[in-house]
Amino acid sequence: MRRNGPLALIFHTIFVIVMVAPILVVCLVAFTPEGFLSLPTNGFSLRWFRTIANYPEFVHAFWVSLGLGALSSLVALLFAVPAALAIARYRFRGRDALAALFLSPLMIPHVVLGIAFLRFFTSAGMSGSFAALIIAHVIIVFPFALRLTLAAATGMDLSVEMAAISLGANGWTLFRRVTLPLILPGVISGWALAFIQSFDDLTMTVFLAAPGTETLPVRMFLYIQDNIDPLVTSVSACVIAITMTALILLDRFYGLDRVLAGKGDTGR
Amino acid sequence: MSAAAEERNARAPWALTAPALMLFVGVLLIPLAMTVMLSFHDWGQYKGIEPVFILKNWHEIATDPYYAEMFWRTFRIAILTTLLTAVLGAPEAYILNRMSGGWKSFFLLIILGPLLISVVARTLGWALLFGGNNGLVNKLLMSLGVIRSPIPFMFTETGMVVALAHVMMPFMVLSVWAALQRLDPQIENAATSLGAGPATIIRRIIMPQIMPGVLSGAIIVFSLSASAFATPAIIGGRRLKVAATLAYDEFLNTLNWPLGAAVATLLLVALVLIVVGSNALIERRYAEVFR
Repeated sequence: MRRNGPLALIFHTIFVIVMVAPILVVCLVAFTPEGFLSLPTNGFSLRWFRTIANYPEFVHAFWVSLGLGALSSLVALLFAVPAALAIARYRFRGRDALAALFLSPLMIPHVVLGIAFLRFFTSAGMSGSFAALIIAHVIIVFPFALRLTLAAATGMDLSVEMAAISLGANGWTLFRRVTLPLILPGVISGWALAFIQSFDDLTMTVFLAAPGTETLPVRMFLYIQDNIDPLVTSVSACVIAITMTALILLDRFYGLDRVLAGKGDTGR
Repeated sequence: MSAAAEERNARAPWALTAPALMLFVGVLLIPLAMTVMLSFHDWGQYKGIEPVFILKNWHEIATDPYYAEMFWRTFRIAILTTLLTAVLGAPEAYILNRMSGGWKSFFLLIILGPLLISVVARTLGWALLFGGNNGLVNKLLMSLGVIRSPIPFMFTETGMVVALAHVMMPFMVLSVWAALQRLDPQIENAATSLGAGPATIIRRIIMPQIMPGVLSGAIIVFSLSASAFATPAIIGGRRLKVAATLAYDEFLNTLNWPLGAAVATLLLVALVLIVVGSNALIERRYAEVFR
């Protein structure tokens, strides 16, 4: 293996600092003891984290985001797992077109999706409802749920299923006792990645959310539009912490490089 | 296999994909079609949306220079962001690839991890770093002697490009990194043994081989930057509009939905054409790499 020269290492150091700096500065400012935006030079304080409790709209938005992410990822999997099994196992007419359709939400700008869903749900008389948010989020997280499930289903050893069939298992029993346990790591990782995507989405959700169904990113965005104060940094720090937890879980269960390698093809 | 079983086999994939297919037709294709139709409807301050078929919105976009300027700004920002990520991201991916195992996965996590962190939080970080004329970035650049007077970052295209490049950087690093994995490390050794210096190796051996990775990364970064919403909205404020923030304004402030739908449709069509077109070009040019 060749080594990196000193110039390369200097470049690398600056690059990493720039990549981390914005995230770090948000987390640091969140601990400021002052009443204004500043780095915590005179000791750390949790006052801005405690202040979040005085803003029920942030707390409510957090629960909306959590529920929305968990539910929409689960619903997406209910649709994605059978579809992934079909795409992984059968060669049928229209298979490629179907796969392209299922991955298409990755290629459509979220602002266009937001507008399309706003128009659709307004005509259906559902605009601003939690149900509308769930349906919209199922569509945008579907590709992530599908892709990881598909990878697990493609890599599965079919002879195990054959053995189960020869022992008399079929239908639902076969799926529940043999297939599902085998693809479970992929399914769980698909759920986690889908959850993160839903939890972080702003662009599409900002069109659909109404007071009462605002998600945390939407609440934060609308708040930042008016003013930036330490409160929004402490909320951001909490969001970063939650995402980090999900990231570590993903890394343990599945390997982050494999998850992200899939994400790299979004433009295809 | 009996005839009945064979028939069941032919139907099985459709039965398994039917729920997802119905979901996608019902709540993706139909809403998208409705949006395209909406762009041909009429709108007035007092009468609201009128479901007629007219070209008024498209005519307005085509003739009013405001929209030409806005779309040009959108694509200019996306192009500059793409260039910045390519120029910095490709060397970084190369350096990462040469690190030893433990460091490599550690830094890969640091650089790719932000991909999954809320865009609002990341852009907020840049807003804090830019923060007016005496923000941290300007203080640092001035104390290093890089610049004399502070550069305005907030509410400018410069600030948007810097923050967007940070948001999109992981996609570029990933894409180049994937291309580097296909590279045979022995080729570099072979070139050295034939007398090539480091500069020649990078120019003649590495660059041509990672180019497909850079280009496919560039397509991803370009299409995501051109349709970005959160970063332009927070850094650009209410004055500096790009396509996504303009569509948002038409929908939620002006309430001129048909015009907003026309802007969104145009953005979607332009992006699909650019992405599909450049993908086809790259695949033809680098056919041997994808084989």
